[in-house]
Amino acid sequence: MQVSRRSFSIGFAAVLSVFAAAEATGQTALDGIVRNKVARIAIPTDFPPYGFVGSDMQPQGLDIDMARLIAGKLGATVELIPVTTANRIPYLQTKKADLVISTLGKNPDREKVIDFTVAYSPFFIGVFASKATELKGPDALAGKSVAVTRGSVDDTELTKVAPASVEIRRFEDNNATISAFVAGQTQAVATSAQVAAAMITKNPQLGAEYKFLLKDSPNFVGVGKGEDALRAKLNEIILAAKADGTLEALSRKWLGRSTGDLPE
Amino acid sequence: MIRTVVNLDFGTILVDWRMLAKGVAWTLGLTAVSATGGLALGVGCAWARIHGPAWLKAVTGAYVELFRNTPFIVQLFFIFFGLPAAGFRLSPEAASILAMVINLGAYATEIIRAGIEATPRGQVEAALSLALSRMQIFFHVVLPPALRKIWPALVSQIIIVMLGSSVCGQISTEELSFAANLIQSRNFRAFEAFIVAALIYLALSIGLRRLLNWLGPRFLFGD
Repeated sequence: MQVSRRSFSIGFAAVLSVFAAAEATGQTALDGIVRNKVARIAIPTDFPPYGFVGSDMQPQGLDIDMARLIAGKLGATVELIPVTTANRIPYLQTKKADLVISTLGKNPDREKVIDFTVAYSPFFIGVFASKATELKGPDALAGKSVAVTRGSVDDTELTKVAPASVEIRRFEDNNATISAFVAGQTQAVATSAQVAAAMITKNPQLGAEYKFLLKDSPNFVGVGKGEDALRAKLNEIILAAKADGTLEALSRKWLGRSTGDLPE
Repeated sequence: MIRTVVNLDFGTILVDWRMLAKGVAWTLGLTAVSATGGLALGVGCAWARIHGPAWLKAVTGAYVELFRNTPFIVQLFFIFFGLPAAGFRLSPEAASILAMVINLGAYATEIIRAGIEATPRGQVEAALSLALSRMQIFFHVVLPPALRKIWPALVSQIIIVMLGSSVCGQISTEELSFAANLIQSRNFRAFEAFIVAALIYLALSIGLRRLLNWLGPRFLFGD
């Protein structure tokens, strides 16, 4: 028993030191991209029209176009890494991805752990429910159940304004959140206008409609904390794309609306 | 440039101890209910597979094969997302319990059946010669020694189901993994959150195994 207990602790320590070693190999993300000529970019595949899997089984959408554009400007080939809303920041933190282009909104909590470039596309979130459900504002949610994707800006904003009696049901990704609402498991859903639009088009029988705004929240590209060289390079690329109308064209192509005023 | 070694900050996790405690309570509650229900279901189905009429044998056989040969998470999603289409809507917690009971029931059926079939025929014949009824024989002569034989396997299966309850967070049941996930999605301390969750699961598993090893001989099959 003594021996096995000791070998257990040794094994555990060994596992920990492997993690530590992986963290300790220091080099910047930009160095890695330039040297390997590969940019590992985390993208969504459950978030139409920003990122989804097309009928050819390939990821496509605004974020994927953006990823290809950025990789091209960096002189690298793109390696698309599908992530969910909940794990996109851990992918960046554990260096499984060099940058995240995944409808990422900026908030102070996130700014503590990763860095952001300037905004590249518009985005807004709200609460949606059936026409029969009376919902004028956050207070009207009292006593109702709302589906939301855990760890998303939707979750943060909803949690901020929802009265205590709201039953907030948190799901792993947008597909599960939407499925729960569509299946009638919740009375309302807090999500982005784009996701809601896709849901309403596919499920006209729900009679779901926009109820009230939670947040206007443009998207930013996320990079690892302290990756200043990469961030500066990305800002240069994004601002150039904004100046020559590429961002506007992307927004028109995928969202059918202008980028509006993107914060820098 | 040398980066610092991972700096762990467990304070950011433990500050949310209420969420973790609630998660532990849900995990234990789900396990307690589903272990009881699954065990009862397993005993019933094991009896049916051995002594039941032909049609019942076929039904329980199909049940066992269906639920032992499909992933738990698919069963859970089917119950939560699929059944409402058939007009059968369950809360996330009820769907979790139902999925766990059915899943454990299927495995328990086969484990208990093995124990029953290992009971020597002579014991049943002896009981018959004492004019015991079929029910008396099953519950007093056959089942206790059968449970004693397969108890370690059954305890392992219950622990597997408890650990499997971690996927119930996918349908928003607020068990331990859900709590860990929610905490890490708010403070981005994924490493610490999951170390804490793993250690709690480890403690729960060891504790549950000891508890069941203590309970079984005392209440289910007198040693």
